[in-house]
Order: sequence, then C-alpha cells, then structure tokens
Amino acid sequence: MALLEVSNVSKQFGGLAAVSEVNFHVDQGEIVSVIGPNGAGKTTIFNLLTGVYDVSEGKIVFNGEEIQNKKVQYIVNAGIARTFQNIRLFKNMRTIENVMIGFHQNTKYNTFDSTFRTPRFRKYEKEAHEKAVEILDSLGFGKYLHSYAGNLPYGEQRKLEIARAMATGAKLLLLDEPAAGMNPQESEELLQFIKELRNKGFTIILIEHDMSVVMNISDRIYVLDHGRMIADGLPEEIANNQMVIEAYLGKSEDDVAD
Amino acid sequence: MDKRDKIIWLVVLVALIALPAVGLSRYLQRVSSLIFVYMILALSLNIITGYMGQISLGHAAFYAIGAYTSSLLSEHFGWNFLLTCLCAIIMTGFIGWLFSIPTMKLSGTYLAIITMGFGEIIKVVIVNWESLTHGTYGVQRIAKPEFFGIEMKTTNNGMYYLCLIFVVLTVLFCMALERSKLGRTLRAIKDDPLASSLMGIELGHYKRLAFTISTAIAGAAGALYAHLSGYVDANSFNSDVSMMILSIVIFGGMGSIKGMLLGAGILVSFPEVFRFVAEYRFVVYGLILIVMMVFRTNGLLGGNSKRPYTFPRFVKVKEGEVKPDGAAGGK
Amino acid sequence: MTAQYIVNGLTMGLIYALIAIGYSLVFGILRMINMAHGAVYAFGAHMILMFVTWNLGAVPAVILSVILTGGLLVAYDRSILAILRKKRAPGIAALITTIGFSYIITNGLQIAFGTEIKSFPALLGNEMIQIGNVKFAFSQVYILVVSIALLVGLTILINKSKIGLAMRAVEQNARAADLMGINAKAVISVTFFLSGMSAVVAALLLASYYQTVYPAMGTMIGLKGFSASVLGGIGSLYGAAVGGIILGLAESLTVQFLSGAYRDAVAFILLFLILIVRPNGLFGKAKISKV
Repeated sequence: MALLEVSNVSKQFGGLAAVSEVNFHVDQGEIVSVIGPNGAGKTTIFNLLTGVYDVSEGKIVFNGEEIQNKKVQYIVNAGIARTFQNIRLFKNMRTIENVMIGFHQNTKYNTFDSTFRTPRFRKYEKEAHEKAVEILDSLGFGKYLHSYAGNLPYGEQRKLEIARAMATGAKLLLLDEPAAGMNPQESEELLQFIKELRNKGFTIILIEHDMSVVMNISDRIYVLDHGRMIADGLPEEIANNQMVIEAYLGKSEDDVAD
Repeated sequence: MDKRDKIIWLVVLVALIALPAVGLSRYLQRVSSLIFVYMILALSLNIITGYMGQISLGHAAFYAIGAYTSSLLSEHFGWNFLLTCLCAIIMTGFIGWLFSIPTMKLSGTYLAIITMGFGEIIKVVIVNWESLTHGTYGVQRIAKPEFFGIEMKTTNNGMYYLCLIFVVLTVLFCMALERSKLGRTLRAIKDDPLASSLMGIELGHYKRLAFTISTAIAGAAGALYAHLSGYVDANSFNSDVSMMILSIVIFGGMGSIKGMLLGAGILVSFPEVFRFVAEYRFVVYGLILIVMMVFRTNGLLGGNSKRPYTFPRFVKVKEGEVKPDGAAGGK
Repeated sequence: MTAQYIVNGLTMGLIYALIAIGYSLVFGILRMINMAHGAVYAFGAHMILMFVTWNLGAVPAVILSVILTGGLLVAYDRSILAILRKKRAPGIAALITTIGFSYIITNGLQIAFGTEIKSFPALLGNEMIQIGNVKFAFSQVYILVVSIALLVGLTILINKSKIGLAMRAVEQNARAADLMGINAKAVISVTFFLSGMSAVVAALLLASYYQTVYPAMGTMIGLKGFSASVLGGIGSLYGAAVGGIILGLAESLTVQFLSGAYRDAVAFILLFLILIVRPNGLFGKAKISKV
C-alpha cells in the first residue's frame, strides 16, 4: 500500500483553479519529485498536503488515514513535515532551539512543571536537548549549534529547515525547492544529504526547479502544468517526454513575457 | 545563567534589600515601590510583547481589574492581603483568558487596537458600575497588608519589601518561563507564526496561555498598587498607564528580563528625578519610542545574546559534540 | 424623538467617517495604522484656534492649518517612516513610532496651549433650526454638506484621477511603481497630506459644533474613527464612510434607548464584534496567506 495516496484533488481560489483533479502516490522509502513551470501549482499541493489550505475536492490518504482538511497540527502529528520555498526558520532562535521546536508535540510537560522544575520537566527537557544535539551532530551541524538560525550560511539554513522537519518525527518530508539559490557544489552536497535521509528511513517528496538535481535523485517524477498532472514516470522517461519539454520550454517563455 | 550574571543579580538584590536600612525618605520609598510595581507590569507585558511579539495597548485594564478585585474584597470582607491578591491574580487571569478567546485570531495592529478598546471599555465599566466600584469616587482607604499582626506600611519599610518580594518572584517565574518549552514556543510564534503551526504548535492555545499568564501577573501588580497607594479610581488606570508599560518594554528591550527591570527603573524615576522635565515627560517618552525604533529596535538590553547557548544543568552534552564557537556570525 | 437622535447620530457619524478616512488613506498605501491620527486631529483644531485668535479670518486660518497639519505628517513620514522603510523594519516598529509621535504632539499641545478646555469660536454659526420636531444647529448642516463633499471628493480623487491611480500603484507594488516612473515618495507624501487635511476638516467641523478644544480631544475620537474604519474594512474609503455612519447612529441610539453612560463603549464593542465575526470589516477583502 502506498504511504501517501492523493486522488482527484482539486483546489479553487475564488473561481480560479490552482490544481485540478490531481492524482499521485508515494510509496514508503521513495524519493518522488514534482516538477513543473512557475505557477503550475506545486507549492499549492504541499499546502494541501500539510493542511495549510483545505481541498475543494478529492481525497488525501496518508498511512491509511484520510487527512484532507484536517488541522495543520493534526497532520504534523500524523507524520508529514515540510520545508519552505522561502526559508522560514525561527531566525532569532538558535540552531538547537529551532530543532527543539520540532520536538514540540513530544515535549509533554506544562507550565506548572517548568515553573517548579518537576522531574517531568527535567525528563522531557533532557530528552529534547539530547535528541536535538544528536540530530544536529548526525547532520554535521555541531559547530553551528549555538548560532542564531538567521546568521547561518544560506545552504546551512536550508539543511536546518530539513533538520527541524525531521525532529517532528515525520515519516514523510516535503521539501520545497531545497536547492534554490545554491551553487552547483552546494546542490551536489544537498543531493547526498537527501539520499542519506532516505537511507535513514524517510520518504521524500521534492519540488524542484533544478533539473540536474531532479534527474539525479528521483525514483519517480510527476509533472504538473496549469494545475494538472500532465505526465509521470521514471526520470529518463520524463526527460524524453515531448509534452513535458514543450510545457517547460513553452511556459518558460510565457514567464519571461509576464 | 553564567557565573558573572549570578554575581550581578546577587549584588543588586543585596543592595535593594539593604537600601531601606541606609534610610530612604518616605518619598523615595514610595517612588521605589512604584518602580517595583512597574517592573512587575513590564515583566508581565513582556510575555505578550517581548516573547510573543504582540502589542497590547490596554494592559492597564488588567492592572485595574487586579487592583479593584483586591481592594474591594479587602473592603467588603476584610480578608488578608495574600488572599485578596490571590483572588486578584485568578480573577485577572480569568478575564485575560476570556479576552483572549475571541481575539485569538487577531494579531499585530488589530490586536493592539482591540486591547486599547478593551482598556476603554473597562474604564467605562468602572465609572458606571457604581454599586460595585463606587464609580468616580473610587475605592478609598484601602487597608495596608498585614502579616502576623504587623502592618506593611511605608514607615516600617513593609511595603517596600513586599513589593520587592513580588518582583523577585516574578523574575524567577519569567526566568523559568524563558528556559522552557513555553518560552521557546512563544519566541517561535513571534518569529514565524505559520512555520510554528507547521511544527505542530497550536497558535490559539499558546496565545491564550500567554495572555492568561501575562494578565494574571498584571493583576498581582494591581493588587500591590491598590494597597500601596491606599486609593484607586478609574483614572489610576487610564491609557497613559498602558502606554507607560509599553514604553518600558520597548525601552528596556523586548524579551529581556533585565531590560524590563532597568527600563522601569529609569522611566519611572526619570520624571521624579528631573522635576523640570516632568511637564514634558510624554514628549520624552514619545522620543524614546521613536528613537528606539529607528536606531535601536532591541532597546537597551534586548536582542540576541552573543554568548553560547546555555544547556540546563541536568543535560550533559558529550565532549566534542559541541564546539562552542559562540553565537557565530553575530551581527 | 428618534428622528432627533438619528440626525445627531448621522452628524457624529460623518465626523467619524472623516477621521476613519484619514486612517484608511494611510493604511491603504503603507499597510500601517497611524496611531497619531487622533493627536493630529487635535493639532489641527489648535492650529485653527491659534490662527483665528490672530485675527487672520476663518478661511485663511483653516487653509493655514491644513498646510501646517498636512506638513507635519509629511515631515514625520519623510524623517521617521522613510528611515524605517529603508531599513525594512517590521511593521510593528512603524506602529510604535506613531504612538510615540502621538505622545509628542499631545504633550506638545499641552505645553503650548495648556491642558484646560478652551472655547472655540462658532465659525460656522450657532443658530438652531427646527424642521418638524427635529432641532439641529446650523453647524450640523455644515457638517453634513462639507463632510459628504469631502468624502465624495476624496473617493473620486482616488478612483478617477492620475494621482489616485499612482496611489493604487504604489500600494500594489512600490518598487514596480517606482520603475514605471511614479514618484512613490511624492505619492506617499500626498497621501499623508490628504490624511492630515481630512483630520483638520473634521476638527473644524466638530470644534465649531461643540465650541471647545483641548489637547486630549483627539484620543477618544481617534479611537472611534479607527473603529469606524475597521468596521467598514480598513483601506476601503467607501467602507470608512459607511463604518463611520453606522458607528455614529449606533452611539446615538444607545444613548436614547439604553443610557448615555455607555456611549463611549459602543465603538469598542462594535469593533470587538466585527473583528471577531468578520476580521476584514464589512467591505474589506479577505487575503489568502502565501506560503
């Protein structure tokens, strides 16, 4: 059974269709990419998956449970976490604190506990700190642990966003253009990083513009244009798909003209 | 908190304890007690404004509710201050919680304005609900707190120490809050509400919690003030008071406990010290707000610390895992 | 009797509408609430009083006040807000500076003119007129005519004229507007000037009606005008006008049917309700949060 199954999902804003009758699925342990020109509706799909927007129609089944139109918090709990196209870290918090926010739902003590420093407070704080250090260490973040997120180098900020998403205990990570603004060397590093994530047991959906990244890393690719899925398949199939090439190149010119 | 910090806190505390022994005039005692009350108010607003990044322009309303609750209970039932103060805290926190339910979805300017409106509504209620509040006459001759038969007055330094104890308790509470999940969560909400909610943070819950805690503390400050001054009326809690509290928070540095204490100390004593500017004091407060926003958004002591993150004592981080290169790349 | 209250409510409502438009103009272009607007209103009233006591004549006094008050706002924008925009400071910073600005104006007026209530000449006449059993002051007629004329004028200016088009362009995207040859700085200044002008006109009308001025006169009316603008949907001129009138009528009817004591609470209770039920006001557009 697929980990994530999206069937016939549509989303309208006012009368405008952002995505129409989209179908796709992601299996456990896969890296699946969603590509398409600007404004094709890629980020909208992430917003629908994470509960930021309600779907107008259709069904989203994650881990055997319908999650469409559920609250954002509920979906995080269910095991989907994401990153953002424009990095949205807690800039005035330290690297370790950013990751600890990821543990939010699993840090189970209340204000009474923290005020009186109860054993429960100690237990969960200890756990949160140790796990945060562990995640940061495993990603080679040790030296940035004390830094404020806003002061990190750009590439590290992207990685920290992923670390924060991991900390929520997610099974499925949605990465929204993680290589955006990176030089080739940085995006090569990121590739390795994402592959390692898969080896750690995460399932990943990737929105990406950089075709070299997509072709390199994806198990399967879905192509979105004007809010519709126009193609799907293995990377090499997509690379040779005439429709995709047209959609991409044709659309890009439109974008310039805009 | 590192060693240097601890020493500073200790020295300041000892100095404040010793101060009345040196001999403070009644006037100076009143001013310092008032400073203490404003320290508590600033620490209270700091939870909403400093940590969570939301502005309240009606904090005086909650201060008023605390003051009226405590002084009316004391007047009608003659209860001990500790009990009336506790009731004030609960009552104010409860109203703060009620207030936060419908306003949960609001933030920024809208929240600021609605808090201001709430301040005006409370004033209208105080003036018009005469059977309860004595209307414009106010509550007069409020009893001084009494413990074990000793009245806490200005003459025996009782009020001074009582206020000081409240400040210390509030500071300890805020320190614990800062270094807990709640503190982190509020700061995350301040930085990016949407990203916070996508980390599983229930924004509404935390807004309500922050409001409840903050207003409850303001209620305690109100109770203290009522018994300190012996008289309250609606004008003791007008919008100037709300503005004053906000000015302290901005001036001291949003999010900084030390900043709140220093800010209250400076801004409350300033018109007393410089009598000749007393008339211009709102010009000065206004200039402070503007200058701070333009040149020093973080106030006197706010902003990100340059020191490394301090782990709680009970967390042992293995050697080599963490290379404390400080808050690298600090601006 | 009710007709009388409706007339009075309508009069106040139009004044609220003028104040509300002052907020909406600035909000529309800068997405910022000018918390000093009430103080600016009081400033305008005092300027008129000052020029009138200098025997300059009513019309020059008002014109000079408009120039001074508008100029004050423009100067504030060019000096303080411009720096904040340049630094891309968060919105809360600008809001706080306007609070500071309002302190300075109000306190400044107290120092210059004293805190007491001063009598203001009945510039617009104080004869009473009676139609049926409804009595109203001559100045109420002025309020009706002048405020409606100004509201309509401003709406036409924003919606039809070139400067209005430029204002809307700057609101949408200041950088792009700049690239298209629109002088964003000038457009913002014009907006502030118009906002100041509407405050002075409101001050003239209401001060002549009540025949009093004092430094803190803007606090309550500023808050109510703001409530009116939110009620109608801040940023919308049409909404500001409707919001003001609803508020004025609601207050007046509260006085008649409930009690005069709670008059000042009406605005805030309405504000509360509207923000909870319809946070974007009656005529405001909901926005989709971009992620």
